[in-house]
Amino acid sequence: MNIVEDKELRREIIVDNYQHPMNRGLVEDSTYLKENTNNESCIDNLDMQLKVVNDKIEDIRFDGEACAISTSATSILIRSLIGKDVMTARKILQNYRNMIEEGEYDPELLGELVVYDELSKQPNRIKCALLPYQAICKMLNRLDES
Amino acid sequence: MNREDFPMLRQDIVYFDNGATTLKPQCVIDKMVDYYSNYTSNIHRGDYEAAIRTNKEYDGVRELVREFIKAQKESEIVFTKGSTEALNMIVFGYFKNILKKGDEVLIDKAEHASNVLPWLILQEEIGIKVSCISLDENYELTVSEVKKSISDKTKVIAISHVSNVVGDIRDVQSIGRICQEKKIYFVVDASQAVSHIPVNVVESNIDFLAFSGHKMMGPTGVGVLYGKYDLLLKMKPLEYGGGMNQFFEEDGTYELKLPPIRFEAGTPPIAEVIGLGEAIRYINQIGVEKIHEHEMKLKKYLIQEMEKIENVILYNKTSESGIVIFNLDRVFSQDTSIYLNHYHIYIRAGNHCTKMLKDDLKIKNTCRISMYVYNTKEDVDRFIEALKNSKDIFKIVI
Repeated sequence: MNIVEDKELRREIIVDNYQHPMNRGLVEDSTYLKENTNNESCIDNLDMQLKVVNDKIEDIRFDGEACAISTSATSILIRSLIGKDVMTARKILQNYRNMIEEGEYDPELLGELVVYDELSKQPNRIKCALLPYQAICKMLNRLDES
Repeated sequence: MNREDFPMLRQDIVYFDNGATTLKPQCVIDKMVDYYSNYTSNIHRGDYEAAIRTNKEYDGVRELVREFIKAQKESEIVFTKGSTEALNMIVFGYFKNILKKGDEVLIDKAEHASNVLPWLILQEEIGIKVSCISLDENYELTVSEVKKSISDKTKVIAISHVSNVVGDIRDVQSIGRICQEKKIYFVVDASQAVSHIPVNVVESNIDFLAFSGHKMMGPTGVGVLYGKYDLLLKMKPLEYGGGMNQFFEEDGTYELKLPPIRFEAGTPPIAEVIGLGEAIRYINQIGVEKIHEHEMKLKKYLIQEMEKIENVILYNKTSESGIVIFNLDRVFSQDTSIYLNHYHIYIRAGNHCTKMLKDDLKIKNTCRISMYVYNTKEDVDRFIEALKNSKDIFKIVI
């Protein structure tokens, strides 16, 4: 059974990424871009950092307090994006957003992120899932501008 | 108590978010519907029957409020949109014109945003200094800490009567006495107090007091500003318009009406004020002391049962009100609240608008249970049962 079919496995992946998220803790390093992300309707609040070298995502880090969905989505997004070139990262981010908002997306491209493919059924959690997406997009846009 | 009076409780819910807003008894709803259905009219203008009745109902609430908080005069009661508006009126209508650069205002870290931000803005605007009175090891505000914090520069002490997070009842009578001796203005946010414990503005020497109707079984959109009359005479309105002026002329001359009407420009929330009056009558029928006794009995039982559950972290066991803040170990407060919603148990997760308290609590967000007159032992049992099952929390929230 794959991730899409096995609900128990999906939940395990989400819980594991919530309780042991990847790259929690920020670094004092001016080569990173930094962005705070929070949403008005709930209390999630994350600080995120991004380091891009030669058009490749070298590192993404985060810290803050957020719910299981926000934290786990941040962790899985970080894992999915590190090592990718910026254009691929943007594609993954766009597909991720589409999936969360019930649009069309490529599951192959999203890999483990498909654990959230039914999240749109819980409208009050959509913002939670998109919190890290927003911060990373903002930092990538700032990179483009500079 | 009195559950049958609350239409919301016909649903299968446990309502534990009374610190945010309370449920409304049928009599309050009926009272407002009666105004809208049978005698809708503006106040203080019309000469017809409905208008005369509206005047009587609306103005009658001022006396009810006066008696409720034991003020000396009806004219010391101003109707506002809620405590936030009242506190802003106090800060920007009165203290902005009285305080000078370097004057100190004492608040504390458990204050609600509405009793912090206006002062911080005033600090920015005119250079007053806003300082925090330290809380004790239970995050409560004690009289001795208040005494310790007062300096020669202290001109105002502005605190809540009951904290909306910790739930501690502050000894406003002693603090009021200190303020009187030291000629310090005493401002009290009574939003979490008025419908839970007796409030007496004269005995506590309170200069200004604010509270909201919706936290005391009344409607949203209405609140009260109490001010000693001589202070209200010096306070400037933040809004000007109809109803509050004596006259105005083309040459720029004008005269404003006396307080409290001076501060109620435009058409006020008439139905809401009338609804608030009914809520006060309802509370009086039960008795505030009885409400407090009921809340404390429930809190004691709730704490006793919560302490038996391993992964529960309690933060305010000692406070004497129906507020309990907690977290489940290694669970984000919002996840707990979403989990409890699955069992139709309504609680609040977050910082409860007291963003400065995180430094003392060492945690930003908590779950808050705030109980009221209609909560029961059965509500507590249902909540405890849900907490006991919370090992499976992620099966429900994810």
